[in-house]
Amino acid sequence: MYLYNATDQRLVDDRVIQFRGQMERFLAGCLSEDDFRPLRLQNGLYIQRHAPMLRVAIPYGTLSSRQLRKLADIARRYDRGYGHFTTRSNIQFNWVRLEEAPEILAELATVQMHAIQTSGNCIRNITTDQFAGAAADEIFDPRPYCELVRQWSTLAPEFLFLPRKFKIAIAGGREDRAAVRFHDIGASARVGEDGRIGFEIFVGGGLGRTPMVGKLLKDFLPREELLNFFEAILRVYNRYGRRDNKYKARIKILVKELGLETFAKEVEDEWEWSRGGPNTIEAATFNDMEAFFARLDYPPADPHDPAYRQALQYNRAFARWVERNVARHRVEGYAIVTLSLKKTGIPPGDATAEQMEGIADLAERFSADEIRVSHEQNLVLPHVARKDLLALWQGARALGLATPNIGLLTDVVCCPGGDFCSLANARSIPVAAAIQQRFDDLDYLFDLGPLELNMSGCVNACGHHHIGHIGILGVDKNGEEWCQVTLGGREGQRGALGRVIGPSFAAEEIPDVIGRLLEVYLAARHEGEVFVDTVERIGLDPFKARVYGEEHAAHH
Amino acid sequence: MPRIIKDGRIADDPWRWVTTDEVMTPECLAGDEHLLLPLPLWQDQQDRHDRARTGVWLAPDDPFIALLPWLAELPLIAIHFPVFTDGRGYSLARLLRSRYAYAGELRAVGDVLRDQIYFLHNCGFDAFCLRADQAPEEALGAFGDYAWTPVAGRGRALGV
Repeated sequence: MYLYNATDQRLVDDRVIQFRGQMERFLAGCLSEDDFRPLRLQNGLYIQRHAPMLRVAIPYGTLSSRQLRKLADIARRYDRGYGHFTTRSNIQFNWVRLEEAPEILAELATVQMHAIQTSGNCIRNITTDQFAGAAADEIFDPRPYCELVRQWSTLAPEFLFLPRKFKIAIAGGREDRAAVRFHDIGASARVGEDGRIGFEIFVGGGLGRTPMVGKLLKDFLPREELLNFFEAILRVYNRYGRRDNKYKARIKILVKELGLETFAKEVEDEWEWSRGGPNTIEAATFNDMEAFFARLDYPPADPHDPAYRQALQYNRAFARWVERNVARHRVEGYAIVTLSLKKTGIPPGDATAEQMEGIADLAERFSADEIRVSHEQNLVLPHVARKDLLALWQGARALGLATPNIGLLTDVVCCPGGDFCSLANARSIPVAAAIQQRFDDLDYLFDLGPLELNMSGCVNACGHHHIGHIGILGVDKNGEEWCQVTLGGREGQRGALGRVIGPSFAAEEIPDVIGRLLEVYLAARHEGEVFVDTVERIGLDPFKARVYGEEHAAHH
Repeated sequence: MPRIIKDGRIADDPWRWVTTDEVMTPECLAGDEHLLLPLPLWQDQQDRHDRARTGVWLAPDDPFIALLPWLAELPLIAIHFPVFTDGRGYSLARLLRSRYAYAGELRAVGDVLRDQIYFLHNCGFDAFCLRADQAPEEALGAFGDYAWTPVAGRGRALGV
């Protein structure tokens, strides 16, 4: 993991002092609400429906055990004993007191953490593949680049007041687990024919009110030019992005209005000038950075450990968990474990202070002290010896974190919704809970196979509903909560936006509606065909007919 | 005389801000006043003999490219911030200082508050005309908000 140097530490310490001063001036009435708002937002502090909410940055979703223990400590002392992991791999504390926020930031600074740029119209937390550095299909580890971009973007003075927020994702695997096509900038690892290391760059992707798949801006950007090129993109956006209408202010709208070609020309013009300039990354910098993340000290571990083999054969619950929650590691004898924060009845992504401490202990024992946050709102232990899986599973089960549902229907991605968020049009947590309760049968879930269901409580799409195989969007109809359903969205190389199937449903109808959609799939699927592929093959009509058939007939 | 922050100190400001709808008489232009003209007017008055007393101010979307041939002799460029959350001026400053090597005074005017000074300064501004309700004395501390300087060579070419 990256460790702060004196400069990094000084920066977060100075930030605490600065924000404490701003808070004092605000509480003393010397700073108006309007002048204070952007300052508190740039420190992750929102005013929500019931209380202020503090969003803490987890850069590229990586935590040490010590950091996770601190988050547990903050949850207990400053909140109501839990935190919520978000789809941007951050954590939110929903019940903090405004005047205590500088204290919490000071606590975070003691473990090299902060809430800088977790909100506001600036470059937000950098995200990546939760399996980075561990995935078997990795081209190269994206984290050294994430860290370089984190350092460059933290308090990047030129880009603190952009037209709108700006999200960057960097992925290193052959498979895209970071949704790079759905970010303002997405970078995907590439090795050129001559062996040069670089990235494929996408621009203008995003969800929200106007969802778009990112467009390919550059098929190969040499890695040393990463910051120069990003700066060129940001500068063009900062100067020309719309500021008259916040719904048209994201870079995707600028790219659309200018056209990709014109936008690319502007960027090339900026880059032409800065190329090879002071922000060019030197080879030594890459080496230093890679040294933080390289992990070569895996003790040899027998992939065929007899006790593990036996447990797989005779312990059905364990075997199911291994099937769903354990992924291949690049080192033989090791595995990547996903701890499910999607137990039925618990708001997706929530973890209690006790669970966080328990996970910190498990990471210390089994995963080299390291934890990752996935954008699907689960926690990952990236380096577990296969022979330790049984003991880890037992530990996770005791904490209520071993639901074997990763990538299945009940692994619902879900924003906090109307229960907390003041932007929401509808509550999302009760809908997610109703779905989990209805489809709680593991045999049924396993038979359904991989199926991603994402739910957002409003068009801002924090629950990424557009890229769920099934997407649910909460809408308000005359004060009642309704849900719009989309089908066919997906992440990854074949990234696509879901399409709306028709008129919305009352929130309480949703489990039934999903049941009917699943019946269509089960009847139509080919052997081994996953839900979203069936949707792609047969189109929306059979689903619409099953869901709306009779009502439609009655209307016509 | 109004006061501004310049080079990290409080200073008197001799410049008169000329608005876009002001009509400049020949007498006024011939006088020895320090005039800070909006870009369109500055373009019309480029032959004003007293170049040392003629500055220009830019709105965030002004085509500043027109200034490029004159950068070496311009004593002052001011960039207007209609609201402090409009960040276009930061990129303009960065471009003027680094890409186009402007070395004269670069002043932030308009909705300029204490809490942005550190970052404005980092982008190349060396003078600040704060919003009327802001006390320049109290804002001087902002230059020390962070001990840190931007990483990876950011700002090295700025000459600030």
